[in-house]
Amino acid sequence: MKLSLTKVVNGCRLGKIKNLGKTGDHTMDIPGCLLYTKTGSAPHLTHHTLHNIHGVPAMAQLTLSSLAEHHEVLREYKEGVGKFIGMPESLLYCSLHDPVSPCPAGYVTNKSVSVWSVAGRVEMTVSKFMAIQQALQPDWFQCLSDGEVSCKEATSIKRVRKSVDRSLLFLDNCLRLQEESEVLQKSVIIGVIEGGDVMEERLRSARETAKRPVGGFLLDGFQGNPTTLETRLRLLSSVTAELPEDKPRLISGVSRPDEVLECIERGVDLFESFFPYQVTERGCALTFSFDYQPNPEETLLQQNGTQEEIKCMDQIKKMETTGCNQEITSFEINLKEKKYQEDFNPLVRGCSCYCCKNHTRAYIHHLLVTNELLAGVLLMMHNFEHYFGFFHYIREALKSDKLTQLKELIHRQAS
Amino acid sequence: MAGAATQASLESAPRIMRLVAECSRSRARAGELRLPHGTVATPVFMPVGTQATMKGITTEQLDALGCRICLGNTYHLGLRPGPELIQKANGLHGFMNWPHNLLTDSGGFQMVSLVSLSEVTEEGVRFRSPYDGNETLLSPEKSVQIQNALGSDIIMQLDDVVSSTVTGPRVEEAMYRSIRWLDRCIAAHQRPDKQYLFAIIQGGLDADLRATCLEEMTKRDVPGFAIGGLSGGESKSQFWRMVALSTSRLPKDKPRYLMGVGYATDLVVCVALGCDMFDCVFPTRTARFGSALVPTGNLQLRKKVFEKDFGPIDPECTCPTCQKHSRAFLHALLHSDNTAALHHLTVHNIAYQLQLMSAVRTSIVEKRFPDFVRDFMGTMYGDPTLCPTWATDALASVGITLG
Repeated sequence: MKLSLTKVVNGCRLGKIKNLGKTGDHTMDIPGCLLYTKTGSAPHLTHHTLHNIHGVPAMAQLTLSSLAEHHEVLREYKEGVGKFIGMPESLLYCSLHDPVSPCPAGYVTNKSVSVWSVAGRVEMTVSKFMAIQQALQPDWFQCLSDGEVSCKEATSIKRVRKSVDRSLLFLDNCLRLQEESEVLQKSVIIGVIEGGDVMEERLRSARETAKRPVGGFLLDGFQGNPTTLETRLRLLSSVTAELPEDKPRLISGVSRPDEVLECIERGVDLFESFFPYQVTERGCALTFSFDYQPNPEETLLQQNGTQEEIKCMDQIKKMETTGCNQEITSFEINLKEKKYQEDFNPLVRGCSCYCCKNHTRAYIHHLLVTNELLAGVLLMMHNFEHYFGFFHYIREALKSDKLTQLKELIHRQAS
Repeated sequence: MAGAATQASLESAPRIMRLVAECSRSRARAGELRLPHGTVATPVFMPVGTQATMKGITTEQLDALGCRICLGNTYHLGLRPGPELIQKANGLHGFMNWPHNLLTDSGGFQMVSLVSLSEVTEEGVRFRSPYDGNETLLSPEKSVQIQNALGSDIIMQLDDVVSSTVTGPRVEEAMYRSIRWLDRCIAAHQRPDKQYLFAIIQGGLDADLRATCLEEMTKRDVPGFAIGGLSGGESKSQFWRMVALSTSRLPKDKPRYLMGVGYATDLVVCVALGCDMFDCVFPTRTARFGSALVPTGNLQLRKKVFEKDFGPIDPECTCPTCQKHSRAFLHALLHSDNTAALHHLTVHNIAYQLQLMSAVRTSIVEKRFPDFVRDFMGTMYGDPTLCPTWATDALASVGITLG
């Protein structure tokens, strides 16, 4: 696997990762994102509906939290998780946790890490973890790590230090076991950078992890709400500065468009795509604009639309709503609102996704009001396509030195 | 052409059914329905898409499975989103973006089965909406009006629906009222050239009442007939006899739609008895409970026995689910909170039903329907002689013996 950078602009890395996968003939663009899955399947989508989407990333993210409980089955299956889930052509990255579900703290020891599945807690020592990876045979996998520091508030320096020590110990043990495993020779271990909010520990984690023969780095512990990310951005820059240029940098738990741009500017290459899923689950559709060079007429119309939407957003935030609705961002519209009942426009005018080419806002509204399963399917198709389109535009903006325009555009829409 | 024993059909009703082949032993027929949104081969199973959606599958997926006609429910759609909105959306076809045919029922059945406080009078069915508490009267005229707005290719008369387990004078009352309501529906129908109104034969499990209903309704000028009031709680023995009685008195040159029937065995037997069209929520509903339909019955994929079963649901099935996925994967997915599991099974179960009907039809065209029936029963029950008694009796009544 080889990472080649085309250019670096304002800290943003534009390039390609080549020779990926078991056969070594896959390529990924960076900056980019990974397809979010639940139990090995894009949420709500079958092969048919997934393939209706344009721009699906070459690499999908699987979560150990959803797959660990199927270890025995996969072991007997022998042919790896890609084939098992019906995605043999896709590159696969296996993370420890599901970025959408919070993980309870207090379950990491010196010898084991726990993940939380539908069936309950699955505790993994290094050998169990590696045995599971042997059964999965992913292309990349996040190394066993102690990421608990980000689950809790106000962690002591001692605890932070321990998270770095443990993660390095896990890493060394996993690397050793990988050497002894023929099956895992073609899989790449992603080293995990821990260290909480303590600069010294973050730097230590970065430097030490970088010494190991990992294929890439996962920046863990930066997830949280938008405010916590703000304060952590400085840490992020310092961390990535310590990392080799020729290895990819992934970040966990960051998926919002504005946060994505902030992280790209600080040297991050790959992101999870769970944000479009969260938007889908609250009955919303992504509508934010990322076309920093639209034709003038479009701009006027879009701007008016955006202003309308921002006004409504303010109104909504003042309303007493369920917990889910309160998280609605200004990047999306809430299709449950009565005003969409007779709106026969597509979700986003000009969008070429299956939903926008075939259905109207009024129809999606109806499906949501009547609690029909198709609502999730159609919204997921649109939201993924919209989000993947955003990443395409990021790369285009970097190519043509228009990142500032894109940033301004996104910033205008973030509230 | 109308047989000697049946009423000659009246001239002006459009002939929408073309018979392609008939079984020389049983009453099975293969045909073609010419409908405004295209031709439909019969016998046909029509999946039910209650609220303008076939549950979790897109219209593109439904089309890819070969479906050319499906159902929408007037009761549900009449309440949400309402006929006015659907009309603005270019009818139900436009609203859900379905290019092929649609059949809507009248709302009568749901009225009685879903609504606890509904009251039937000569006027119509008075009920309270479960969504906004408003009182509405669903009359024959109102039902047709809603269906006109929906624009479905086949619309159903409002009938006075009575559970098949009810006995006594209510059954007779409902049967006569259904005839009167049929006449009111015919009179109220604004678009007989664009939408085909079917009558629904009632009469419960009483042969005399049913015969009377058949005699009266076949005098009416409609393009097709449904056999209603069955597929409730009645015994299968009574069920098949009423179906057989109905098909024996319905004109041959018009389609016979048996409402609410969808179990594989029932479909095969009722095709033998002379039915052309069927609908049922069963295949799509059971999919959402993790049950996959197969020639030997069904597989409850949530069960542990499928945990390490790495083969497809059915190796003979050509649906996308069976092409790509194993029982083991579906088992794992069913135990997750990813709705995709349900969609995989919905796709398969619809494919199963459509493939079954297609195989039935081919066997009729190729003049080997009785052999097909024997093979089918053999696969389903282990041996044709192990087929349920009612089915054996029903098939025997039309000249098909098993084993």
